[in-house]
Amino acid sequence: MAFSEKTKKSMNTKPKEPFDFFHDERVRSIFYQLLFAAAVGWFAWYLISNTAQNLEARGMNTGFGFLNVSAGFDSYFKLIPNEPGVGTYGRIFIIGALNTLYVSALAVIASTLLGFFIGVLRLSNNWLVSKVALAYVEIFRNTPLLIQVIFWYIGVFSLLPRVKNSIDLSAGAEIFLLNNRGLYTPWPVPGDLLWMTGLAFIVAIIAVIIFKRWARNRQDRTGQTFPTFILSAALLVLLPGTVYLITGMPLGWDIPKLEGFNFAGGASLPPSFIALLVALSIYHAAHMAETVRAGVLSVSRGQYDAARALGLRGKKVMSLVIIPQAMPAIVPPMISNWMSAVKNSSLAIAIGYPDLVSLFMQTSLNQAGYAVELVGMTMAFYMFISLTISWLLNIYNKRVQLVER
Amino acid sequence: MKLSTLLTLVLALAVMTAPVSASAAGKTLDIVKKRGNLRCQVGTPSGGFYNLDAKGNWYGLDVAVCQAVAAAIFGDKNKLEIQSVSSQARFTALANGESDLLCRTATWTMSRDTQLGLDFLTPDFYDGQGFTVPKNSGITSALQLKGAKVCVTSGTTSELNLTDFSRVNNLHIDIVTFEDWNVRDDTYLKGGCDAVTGDKSSMAANIASFPKPADHMILPETISKEPLGPAVRHGDNEWSDIVRWSVFAMINAEELGVTSANVDKMRASSKNVDVRRMLGVEGNLNEGLGLSKDWAYNIIKQVGNYSEIYEQYIGSGKGALGIQRKGTLNELWSNGGLMYSPPMR
Repeated sequence: MAFSEKTKKSMNTKPKEPFDFFHDERVRSIFYQLLFAAAVGWFAWYLISNTAQNLEARGMNTGFGFLNVSAGFDSYFKLIPNEPGVGTYGRIFIIGALNTLYVSALAVIASTLLGFFIGVLRLSNNWLVSKVALAYVEIFRNTPLLIQVIFWYIGVFSLLPRVKNSIDLSAGAEIFLLNNRGLYTPWPVPGDLLWMTGLAFIVAIIAVIIFKRWARNRQDRTGQTFPTFILSAALLVLLPGTVYLITGMPLGWDIPKLEGFNFAGGASLPPSFIALLVALSIYHAAHMAETVRAGVLSVSRGQYDAARALGLRGKKVMSLVIIPQAMPAIVPPMISNWMSAVKNSSLAIAIGYPDLVSLFMQTSLNQAGYAVELVGMTMAFYMFISLTISWLLNIYNKRVQLVER
Repeated sequence: MKLSTLLTLVLALAVMTAPVSASAAGKTLDIVKKRGNLRCQVGTPSGGFYNLDAKGNWYGLDVAVCQAVAAAIFGDKNKLEIQSVSSQARFTALANGESDLLCRTATWTMSRDTQLGLDFLTPDFYDGQGFTVPKNSGITSALQLKGAKVCVTSGTTSELNLTDFSRVNNLHIDIVTFEDWNVRDDTYLKGGCDAVTGDKSSMAANIASFPKPADHMILPETISKEPLGPAVRHGDNEWSDIVRWSVFAMINAEELGVTSANVDKMRASSKNVDVRRMLGVEGNLNEGLGLSKDWAYNIIKQVGNYSEIYEQYIGSGKGALGIQRKGTLNELWSNGGLMYSPPMR
């Protein structure tokens, strides 16, 4: 074994390779990344230019100028005023977007509340209660939403009595009326001094917040609890109520009256709106319930026992120990459930509720053309809403995540 | 990696990124001939114009126009693929080449003709918009619909006309729109709206399908002009000619008294030069269309003249809508209507 001096040296130190541009690993990886980026960029460019060329070649109109053109039609349900036939396509877009947001916001709230309730029932020790909740979840989760939407519309809300035989939900007072053309309710007409009642309400809220802080500090210092709930409720009701009475009850009500074919005055919700809201709420509540159940079950039994051992009572065990630990497991699936509720509201088209898809992609597309622009704007709207929901809930999710120590 | 390999890749990339022009639309006639059938677009089944029989075959006035074009091209009216497309996608499906021809009670309007990349050719039916109301409602005129709820199919000219009608007459009509006319009619029948509006011909078809047709009636007012007819993609004039003249051939045949029953006899022995030219016995009318000499003969022999298809599907035929032709715009021009074919010479 006789290595020469030179060989020994080269075994100890790493041999110095000359930098070879075509065989260097880093160069190669950058090259492939550039190649991939170029391919993606080229594909996007190809799609856009090809579409533009084809639209041009077929003599189809392009551009967004049509948004300023009067649409010639109107929406029968809208949250902002629109002069029939004069309002522009841009305004139709806003009307449709607001209608979509309106029904889906209410559906999100209703399905979350109902979902929490059903989810808790599902965990009940009472056999009957938990099985009823199970049946609810399985029936509504395992049938297509479109069928449910049509069922609620054709099978329930259009079978209500006709206008002349409206159901009076207010027991003879004839202010809340339900018939197959919708739900008619009184609508508040604010008087001059109503702002003072509003102001009193805001003052009451601020007072309650300060009061709760004080009670909490006191508990931290002395260990004694203070009955905040009754006092807060009294403050919230009494302060605005007194101001309202003193200022002479400055709030009138516009009550629906039968005039000609329909009820006039008050506010009304069309049956398509109610049917869609009910269908979305019930369907998504079933999903919510499962999410809540899974979240609660993910908290180990030991946590419950430990909380009991510390002397906490049932309600407090839930609100102080179980739910805070279940939230990190509940929030992420809840986000996707809310996003689905918004997107599923587009099934409105089946029953004629004028949401964004129905007004913009159905009616406008047929009257004005501009298929690419219309579909693009509608998609961008849904994407914007979904990303916003996901962003907001992710912020919340970060806050409820367990802080590990 | 060798330098040459790298160069090859760069070159390949350069070739790929070179502008790719939209392949020329091609002559529709060549495409149809090569495919071996005509793709003709109709809507979801609707009485009189495009409907399905018990065996799943399409029939109706618009389907007959499709058949006439197929007969003119192939000499066989059955070399036809009927595409049933939702109203939402109808114009796009034609513009992007999915359909060769659209014939589905679509109203010819200026904005559709000039802005959607289509060309409407000639009306095959003149319609007008009307209202259906329950007989016991006491409504006898559309002007009594003040504040009423009226159901309409969304995205149609009917919706726009109704908006205009309400606005001009200050009626404040509550317009309820539906994508699906089955849901629309169901809502109307259950009292969800006071009236339903649409083209009068389709109103007649709908009433016939109601459980008690006698309880409903169409109001006398006609609030719009609705010329219905075939449309093709903008820009292929040869194809437009074929479709347009297929319709004209049926109208012309009625005027000349040529029917599917007597067309063979007429071709063999008619002395009338107009008939002889149309049926290809004399002259070269077929050359301009790029079709065979017997194109018009095939239409009349296999599909019939305009009067025959009208009576069969819209007029007095069995299962037809029962809409009288006499006194309407759909009569021949010589009887006071608007059905008029330019001379075939």
